[in-house]
Amino acid sequence: MSARRAAVLAAWLCSVAVSAAVALHARYITDLSAFLPAHPTPQQRILVEQLRDGPASRLLLVGIEGGSRLARAAVSIDMGQRLRTDPEFASVSNGQEASADRDRDFLFAHRYLLSDAVDARHFSAAGLATAMRDTVADLASPEGLVIKSLVPHDPTGETLHIIDGLSHIPAPQLQDGVWSSGDGKRALLVAQTAAAGSDTDAQEHAIGAARAAFDTAARDVGAQHLELRLSGPGVFAVASRAGIERAVVRLSIASSAVIVLILLTVYRSFAALLLGLLPVATGALVGIAAVALIFGAVHGITLGFGVTLIGESVDYSIYFFIQSAHGDAGAASWQRRLWPTMRLGMLTSVCGFASLLPSGFPGLAQLGAYSISGLIAAAAVTRFVLPELIPRRFAIRDLAPLGARVTAWMEPAGGARSRVPWALALALAGVTVGALVLARDTLWNRELSRLSPASPAQQRIDAELRADLGAPDSLDLVVVSGASLEAVLRGAERAALTLAPLTNAHVIGGVDSPSNYLPSLATQGARRDSLPPAGELRENLDRAARGLGLDSGALTPFLDDVEAARHASLLSPADLAGTSLAAGLGALLMHSGERWSALLPLRTAPGGASDIDLAPVRAALAAAGPGTGGESASVHVLDLKRESDALYDEYLHEAMRLSLAGLAAIAALLWFALRSLRRAALVLTPLVLAVLTVAAVLALCGVELTILHLVGMLLIVAVGSNYALFFDRREGADSGSPLTLASLLLANLCTVIGFGLLSFSGVPVLEALGITVAPGAFLALLYAALLIRHA
Amino acid sequence: MIRRVSASAALLLSSAAALSQQVPGELGELMRQLAARRHGEVSFVEQHFLKLLKRPAESYGELTYDAPDRLEKRTVEPKPETLTLAGDVLTVVRGGRSRALDLKSYPTLAPFIESIRATLAGDLPTLQRLFTVDFAGTAARWRLTLTPRDAQVAKTVSHVRIEGAGSTLTTVEIVETDGDRSLMTLREHP
Repeated sequence: MSARRAAVLAAWLCSVAVSAAVALHARYITDLSAFLPAHPTPQQRILVEQLRDGPASRLLLVGIEGGSRLARAAVSIDMGQRLRTDPEFASVSNGQEASADRDRDFLFAHRYLLSDAVDARHFSAAGLATAMRDTVADLASPEGLVIKSLVPHDPTGETLHIIDGLSHIPAPQLQDGVWSSGDGKRALLVAQTAAAGSDTDAQEHAIGAARAAFDTAARDVGAQHLELRLSGPGVFAVASRAGIERAVVRLSIASSAVIVLILLTVYRSFAALLLGLLPVATGALVGIAAVALIFGAVHGITLGFGVTLIGESVDYSIYFFIQSAHGDAGAASWQRRLWPTMRLGMLTSVCGFASLLPSGFPGLAQLGAYSISGLIAAAAVTRFVLPELIPRRFAIRDLAPLGARVTAWMEPAGGARSRVPWALALALAGVTVGALVLARDTLWNRELSRLSPASPAQQRIDAELRADLGAPDSLDLVVVSGASLEAVLRGAERAALTLAPLTNAHVIGGVDSPSNYLPSLATQGARRDSLPPAGELRENLDRAARGLGLDSGALTPFLDDVEAARHASLLSPADLAGTSLAAGLGALLMHSGERWSALLPLRTAPGGASDIDLAPVRAALAAAGPGTGGESASVHVLDLKRESDALYDEYLHEAMRLSLAGLAAIAALLWFALRSLRRAALVLTPLVLAVLTVAAVLALCGVELTILHLVGMLLIVAVGSNYALFFDRREGADSGSPLTLASLLLANLCTVIGFGLLSFSGVPVLEALGITVAPGAFLALLYAALLIRHA
Repeated sequence: MIRRVSASAALLLSSAAALSQQVPGELGELMRQLAARRHGEVSFVEQHFLKLLKRPAESYGELTYDAPDRLEKRTVEPKPETLTLAGDVLTVVRGGRSRALDLKSYPTLAPFIESIRATLAGDLPTLQRLFTVDFAGTAARWRLTLTPRDAQVAKTVSHVRIEGAGSTLTTVEIVETDGDRSLMTLREHP
């Protein structure tokens, strides 16, 4: 016996130690990727990349409020200067462009490769005359003073042409030298982090750097009462991770404390209390370790879910202690008589959660794996370890009187069966199904953003800042993918050219393209080749200048520059270093492995609808066809919001299908284990009814159901199956023990408290679980007690 | 620090008129007259004499001033263009595009615009902050020669000469260090 005991304990301690080691070294991630497919289609892959690493994901929006107007501006300037020297930020804009001089120098130096006006015709006598006529007009304008020094080198105005092309994006209004909101009460700054949006650690670091820069700037300037507002995907991700971490810690402590208090009151035994928490702790640890081993990383949301497991796994030890303590033969008898029932309940739960495993979405699959391994571990500890650890003189308070009282209350007329509960149940089923059918259109929320852990206040600030900035929303974009940088740049040039007529027709407001910052080598080469030799250019220039009254003798630098440009080498991304063009290019290019993607964000037409009609965009791009030659690239049009909602919708449907499959598996398991279709149906009825009631009440209260509510319903079935099975057993041959009933009551109380606390977590996804499972578990017990007894 | 700056800025603004009143003689009288004028609308002809051009380039348009700090220059020919200076923000509208520049970010540009605006406003302190001001003539018939104080500005601009009669400006001439100059002739609406 003691050898067996030693073996059991050693095995248990070993698995706990291994699990703890795995959990400690596991990687924890909290971004949206839990809700993104693990094996995406090419279209989905682009979407996932965009959501995780795209320019939109790296945006940090900054608002400075309060204090005086001048103080806000001074802090914005100071903060901008600090952040621009911080390698964590790829670009920082607040209306003060520090790199403007460097940019101008760069554009000037490479104007004949960068200007899209450059072609052979441009440098004919007629072309030069047209271009220089504009320049003469410019000289007579107030801008003349600024451009005058440029004219001898650049009489065709290429530098200005490039600058105009790059600075078309409407910027926020300027106040005291920096961007400010329309009402002037908020200074604005936009930064783009160097790290991807999905790198939550880096985002947290960047946000910390922004806060520190603000604090230092405010101190340097001596400004008081200023407030910093930050928003953006990174801010959301960091806040949600912190929120989940806080909630997990707080709720674990709170629910543990409450459950400990209840158990202590009930058991009146410290030993029982400590032993009772062993299955819970072991289950949680094994669950995390299993997820880490299977998936390589643990999603924060899975961890949050861990709290909920306390609610169910604590039940096992409750059943064990109460049912075995004052039974006739103690632990051994429990193992023989009641363990099979509890095992069946556990297997029922496992069946339900197993249905989540095949999900294509890591978040759901992890929840499944976590629950299955956690529950099996908790049940195994209850069955094998607890009996070995129970002290010889182990005693808890006798709960038989409580059970007996409840039994007496439930069975007033000496156990006569009544048809009333079943009639009521039938009516309830009818009403709830009716309510759900009526509400079916609004029953499920199909927006991915509903899963966003950001609070409504945070989302409001985000909307305000974006509106202030005339935001670079980048929600609609054209993605050009190919095997090389040159291929995607050529593809981007083609796409931008194809879409130009749509801009003129005001279907779109315009399109940004990486090729605006760095044309493809092919285009650069063509421009260079179109530059005429010195003699020819001189002739053309003389003829053009004569008609315009320009002194062509003063334009010799132009001839020299063009001659130099004819022999200049073409530009590569490295040449852009140190200019803001590098950031612009970097934001619109993505590179992973062999694949390059160029992003072309579409802008809405001024004064037009806020949503771009993408049909003409798709049609135009389709008509243009794929690129020609070996350097071809594929072109996709992406509406980030709609695509991600569609993705979520698919994910919701898959989860529903899987849950129904899980329900079928549970029914089959019960049928097989109980060897009676009638008993299986009897056990399932209260559970299904509880789920229906909760869903109907939530729908009536106007709560739109999400995937987390669905998981909650699965949990109701998992937890409730234990109750129903015990009631079913009581009705069988070995009926009668009031202790069983008492244990169910206590287990239910703990579950309701555990999940009830989740409703107050402040984390939307955990709240969804809480408000579903807490009432559902209670109803499952109630229905099981009323219905099975009267079957 | 900021508080001190803004306080002194406020002091400057509120007392601009008061200070002008303390300037004795003809210049003081001129500034008082100019400051008294709240609104003005004139047409202009601007000639640019540039070494690059064999004949001067000309432009025409309208100039509108609203006290205390709004100046609008609408060029009609050769290229329609509107420049609006309101506070510190210079908005350029041309070819259907609008661009806002903050004057503070373009210190070299500021004196040209401020020379006209501050003169129209009778704001001597601002003029004296940016230029050494040389006054000739009488309040009825005058000439201001403004030489930039800022070294950076002085590299390109030799001086600005503004002539007028009473509270009316008649010519604004900007002379650059390289010899190029522009001459703007203003005419009251008939």
